[in-house]
Amino acid sequence: MGDEDSTRGRPPRKRHADSMIENMSSPDPRKPSAALDEARLRQQAIGVRLRQMFDEVVNEDVPDEFLEILRRADGKTAENG
Amino acid sequence: MSDTPAARPSRSGSDDEGFKRELVQLIPHLRAFARTLCGDPAAADDLAQDAMMKAWDARASFQMGTNMKAWTFMILRNQFYSEKRRSWRQSQLDQEAAERTLVAVDDPEAPVALDELRQGLAMLPPEQREALILVGAGGFAYEEAAEICACAVGTVKSRVSRARRALHGILESGSYDRDGASAGDAMRAILADAERLSTVR
Repeated sequence: MGDEDSTRGRPPRKRHADSMIENMSSPDPRKPSAALDEARLRQQAIGVRLRQMFDEVVNEDVPDEFLEILRRADGKTAENG
Repeated sequence: MSDTPAARPSRSGSDDEGFKRELVQLIPHLRAFARTLCGDPAAADDLAQDAMMKAWDARASFQMGTNMKAWTFMILRNQFYSEKRRSWRQSQLDQEAAERTLVAVDDPEAPVALDELRQGLAMLPPEQREALILVGAGGFAYEEAAEICACAVGTVKSRVSRARRALHGILESGSYDRDGASAGDAMRAILADAERLSTVR
């Protein structure tokens, strides 16, 4: 009698609960370690892209204006001694 | 007259020459960094030129042999934020221009994902974006980035990791402002591109 009561009151077995949560929250049934690798891969991919974006500007030709301004400034210092 | 080698009242012409050579090599990097701050390419070049001249004027205070790239980036960043402080109204206009530029496709042949990465970056808080760009794209160590941003190394680390997580989330969910592209397209394109780039290398 007492046994029956305690069984009824108990929540479902823990392992069962976990797998249910897993199935509900994530459509991806893979192991956590695989998901971690995947996340790392994605972060690396974003990193590659980020550098690419920056390097695109780095690789542009520098407008003449920059060197012109610097040359003028340099000439001024030379004149002033 | 003294023969102590330490007594150098003025910089020699060769010091200036060396400085200038190094500075010229840094111009492309200053332009790239300015572009990430301003967005609008013309405003970015103005900022990069101002920073270049500030660096030139301050050349006497630069210690040859130390990291000139970090030093010039710090000057550029200070210039950017002091201009912003001087005129918040102007900075608001800059911000609007930046948003337009970031959303506009400059190069019609540019891969879709690159534009989406720009948009994703634009959604990050400025200090996170800046930290991620310096470390993730500019190739700076956390310590150097901390020096450039005038904050603690730990702060840079946490900003970079938060930025990475946020950017990943933005690209994954497709919550950036996209034109008809389906969620996850940007991330897929980025992954495909990274694979292609890594096989080329």
